[in-house]
Amino acid sequence: MEWRDQGILLSARPYGETGAILEMFTPEHGRHAGVMRGGASRKMAPILQAGAQLDLHWSARLEDHLGTFKAEPMRSRTASAMASRLSLAGLNTVTALLRFCLPERQAYPALYARTETLLDLLPEIALWPLAYLQWEMALLDEMGFGLDLSCCAVTGAVEDLAYVSPRTGRAVSAAGAGDWAARLLPLPPIMLGQGRAPDAEIAAGLRVTGHFLMQNLAPQIAQKPLPEARARFIQRFERGLVAD
Amino acid sequence: MSSTRDIDALIEMMAKLPGLGPRSARRAVLQLIRKRALQMEPLADLMTSVAATACECRNCGNIGTQPVCDICLSNERATGQICVVEDVGDLWAMERSGVFKGRYHVLGGTLSALDAIGPETLRIPKLSERVESEEVTEVILALNATVDGLTTAHYIADQLDGRCRITSLAQGVPIGGELDYLDDGTITAALNARREV
Repeated sequence: MEWRDQGILLSARPYGETGAILEMFTPEHGRHAGVMRGGASRKMAPILQAGAQLDLHWSARLEDHLGTFKAEPMRSRTASAMASRLSLAGLNTVTALLRFCLPERQAYPALYARTETLLDLLPEIALWPLAYLQWEMALLDEMGFGLDLSCCAVTGAVEDLAYVSPRTGRAVSAAGAGDWAARLLPLPPIMLGQGRAPDAEIAAGLRVTGHFLMQNLAPQIAQKPLPEARARFIQRFERGLVAD
Repeated sequence: MSSTRDIDALIEMMAKLPGLGPRSARRAVLQLIRKRALQMEPLADLMTSVAATACECRNCGNIGTQPVCDICLSNERATGQICVVEDVGDLWAMERSGVFKGRYHVLGGTLSALDAIGPETLRIPKLSERVESEEVTEVILALNATVDGLTTAHYIADQLDGRCRITSLAQGVPIGGELDYLDDGTITAALNARREV
């Protein structure tokens, strides 16, 4: 068995003295692990950092074997992530969430394309938080817990949507919410693609996506809490430390 | 019972050491047996002694045979600077250069979501305590230039913010390095950290 693809490095953990087990996110083979001989060498260590884009060749005797990777660097993102604390926290949260959410060896080409774009935006730190919010919405969608913000779940109205139901993930208008408003999650206009994306609205949007990641996705997938990296990113973002 | 059972066991044990495999372990054991009085017996004595006394310095985390290491006890070391390193091996590397004359703090790892290493697992609270008690004016973060190393450096910088000067090692072209052989990440970091000549 063998294939050739490109992928984003999610993690590299030591294997033996000189090898490494790489966990990659690829467009055609999803989250896929494999051993890379010499992956812990001095030559490869700078290349095998989370977020790196690699050209991959995977081979194994049988399809369900772990298999071995041969990798060539395409793009390193560590240096751009190093430039800012928020970028680094962002890189950590993206790779941690992908490791947490994605089943192994199941392709998500659309999510891959979004992830690649998101990581390429890391140096653009002013744009990044909004792109990240949209990526989390896409992640929820791909995992089967997408938000339905097309119309009000109560009245069917498409205007004046102000809340999200914490149970169903459907939008609710201010009129439709009535006395239940306090129990609903506030829906920032930026999640509807409206407004100028102030940081406060992005933070509110991340609270909404965070709710569904925690309440719906995490219990279904891993029975574990969300990766700590996401909480650190949100904390960093909310502290407003955009520029170091 | 095989007459070489213990020797085989020794070879097997040595082969598990970093840098050694079965063949090199066999050669090392053969050498030790041939030079029994000169190498093997002193080595065995030293290993017994170190196994009984080796411990972490309760102040900085360095490894020594006393509860507080020589660096922490030395009066010749500057007290205002602490160099934070990930592991004892990094401390030894810094000491080899002989440039740094302050004291150290060994974290014992880096923050890692993958390995479930959080701030509480590392010696970060102790570092914070030392900054206060030793009247530290500068903390030098000499952590690896990896994603985990940098994440840890940022976390420590946040924790110590405003209490002392916090610096980190520069990143860029190594001494003797040729640009042609450097990865693009290192070149980007070097370019970002360029300085006037």
